Amino acid sequence: MSPETKPDFLINPEGLRLDGRRPDEIRPTELEVGILKKADGSAMIKQGNTHILAAVYGPRELHPRHLTLNDRAYLRCEYRMATFSVPDRKRPAPSRREREISMVISNALEPALFLEEFPKAVVDVYIQVIQADGGTRCASINAASLALADAGIPMRSLVPAVAVGKADDKLLVDLGDMEDKYGGGDIPMAIIPRTEEITLLQQDGSFKKEELIEAIRMGINSCKYLHELQKEALKRAYAKRAPAEDDEEDEYEDDLETDLGESDLPEEED
Amino acid sequence: MAGIFFQKREVVVPGQLLAEGRYRPSVGTYDREGKIYSALVGLAELRGNTVKVVPLEGVYIPREGDLVIGTIQIVAGNNWKVDIGGPYQASIHANNALRRPYDDDISKYMDCGDTIVAEVSAFDRVTGPFLTMKGRGLRKLDDGMIVRVSPAKIPRIIGRRGSMINMIKDNLNLQTVVGQNGRIWVRAPDVARSRLAVEAFKMIEEQSHTSKLTDRVDAMLKEELAKLESKDEENEDNEETEKDEESEDEIE
Amino acid sequence: MGDFSSETISHIDRHYIKTLLDNGERIDNRAFDEYRDIEIEIGPVEAKAEGSAIARLGGTSVIAGVKVLTGQPYPDTPDEGVTMVTAELSPIASPMFESGPPREDAIELARVVDRGVRESGTVDTKKLCIEEGKHVYLVFCDLYTLEYDGNLIDAASLAANAALLDTRFPELKLEDDELVETGKMMKVPLENMAIELTASKIGEHIVIDPHIREEMVQDCRLTMAIDEEDNFTALQKGGGVGPISIAKIEEAMDMGLARVKDLRKLVLEATSNKD
Repeated sequence: MSPETKPDFLINPEGLRLDGRRPDEIRPTELEVGILKKADGSAMIKQGNTHILAAVYGPRELHPRHLTLNDRAYLRCEYRMATFSVPDRKRPAPSRREREISMVISNALEPALFLEEFPKAVVDVYIQVIQADGGTRCASINAASLALADAGIPMRSLVPAVAVGKADDKLLVDLGDMEDKYGGGDIPMAIIPRTEEITLLQQDGSFKKEELIEAIRMGINSCKYLHELQKEALKRAYAKRAPAEDDEEDEYEDDLETDLGESDLPEEED
Repeated sequence: MAGIFFQKREVVVPGQLLAEGRYRPSVGTYDREGKIYSALVGLAELRGNTVKVVPLEGVYIPREGDLVIGTIQIVAGNNWKVDIGGPYQASIHANNALRRPYDDDISKYMDCGDTIVAEVSAFDRVTGPFLTMKGRGLRKLDDGMIVRVSPAKIPRIIGRRGSMINMIKDNLNLQTVVGQNGRIWVRAPDVARSRLAVEAFKMIEEQSHTSKLTDRVDAMLKEELAKLESKDEENEDNEETEKDEESEDEIE
Repeated sequence: MGDFSSETISHIDRHYIKTLLDNGERIDNRAFDEYRDIEIEIGPVEAKAEGSAIARLGGTSVIAGVKVLTGQPYPDTPDEGVTMVTAELSPIASPMFESGPPREDAIELARVVDRGVRESGTVDTKKLCIEEGKHVYLVFCDLYTLEYDGNLIDAASLAANAALLDTRFPELKLEDDELVETGKMMKVPLENMAIELTASKIGEHIVIDPHIREEMVQDCRLTMAIDEEDNFTALQKGGGVGPISIAKIEEAMDMGLARVKDLRKLVLEATSNKD
């Protein structure tokens, strides 16, 4: 309920931002994979004070059936903010903003996925914003992409995302809440790192063409850095799950003896 | 530059470059312009010149010939719809489960909530999986319990040539059926032993990354059994043995 | 039958859980009157919410956040503030929850926790009045499920109480018809905290803090809100249509009375190092 006030400047005379960051520096970012035990895949991201959970269920049976796609799985993303995640209590029902963001997140992730491996099924991606402090759609993509990998969904690549913006006529990456509200524009974007293809691009504010291209370049650099953090988080989680190297009984043969159990079935009841 | 870009049994992540040149992409990978990349988080392996990634997680995707354990959800005409986990509901036609002639109302033989052991007879991802119960050991299960584990952990639970599952069975005097869909049927002589079976499976799931796991599961079971035996001697008279329900003759 | 679930429960599972109970055992090796491990984390939404907490009950977890706003009082209680609890079965928590408008069981969850908070006089709403008939504080406690592994109600009650205890907000006064901060911070006036405990009836057995697989085969559950003086301030029979006898209700109440102090202590300890 404490009202926020507009800061006098977003970039100080030394060229640093409100929280002391350089223009091309992202906020302290924490990523953790596999934190929700009931989900097929999950991840948490803390980026500054933004705190988001993502869960993936599937591929699973799709209801209602009229949404079925015969050549691939349907990717269904739902982005929701907790009522208490923002300074003023958000209404509990999904807003138009939440619906639009759900769609752009889905579109940002889909090009990276091999959904054709699961025709007719659905992959559900649920995103819950616990605390919002700017950059929630990009942070959501960073977490959702990890949750999809954690669920074992085949993909070309992880998808990192970041918002680039402008304040006091300087380009900045990973906008904080204040920079988003009082700055001169916002460009959320996501990429496939290897090819530098862009899968999410939105913009508000006012930019010259050269400025925009420069901003997107900055965004690609930050995304590549975030991509390293994503890979690290995934490897950290899975290092614990992989069979040890010195173990001689960890043979994963293709021709597993699937009939093993059968010999135990009594022909007649005992 | 041709070559292999991963260590033996390295945990790789989606998009990671695995190989370039004369190698052949296999499951869990994809290729672009002569380079092979991982499509999954998992263990990279090279067999001959084939590169593959073994997943460590993931839902059950049926394969023809898989032994599965399922629960009947719907009875529809001459078909049962069966939940076998994963995205695709399976179905089984009465002709593939019953001896003819059979009654029009097939719910007499198997109904919603019943659990079956069946084999995947056909699956191509567009027409969902079809099951059959014609075959040795394929039948409805009337007692025992079902343990659920991640389908990706089933190979580990079976162990090399059955070493793990056989060790558990011998220790606990169990009957088991291991379904490729991550469901394991267990019939133990008593509640204490069925609980130990669950503990053993959980230990394998959680510690599948550690070495000498078979030995350690074996040690855990032997230790717990020793405790049980001293208890058993005290309550010998009170021991209750579970009665098997009558088998249903109609089902093979 | 069962809770929050539309899944087909197999006859084998049902039979196994009942056999265990007949042998005096539970699926996760607990005594009938034993809770799973409880963990309470304070302040996960520190930067934006006035109070927050996550409660973990075994594999179940629920997050609660408190927002304090100002508004007009209800006409029939002009000198009282308003407290309200809402709950959402967030689909991240379980393969059985789906997105969409709140289902009956989400509404029941919110109503039962709300009743636990309100009926015991947990919050002295008179102290939430700024100017009679004009301005009062509105305290919203909103709950989201994070992981569902049985007994959401008790986890939600723990999270809600902890988040309310954690809440700090600026005191306001009326000056020239405008609300201004006095510079002091206020707490939610918690006077008599009731804790909710849920027991499940399965056949002839009563077990506290049901596991998800116990909920699936239960005849019904009984939730009891118990205050600091061991008064019962709210009851809810739900989670199935099975009837329950007075003898079984008494058994559940005795279990509740035996456990409530431990639960209250955990909530108080978790929030004790606040200011």
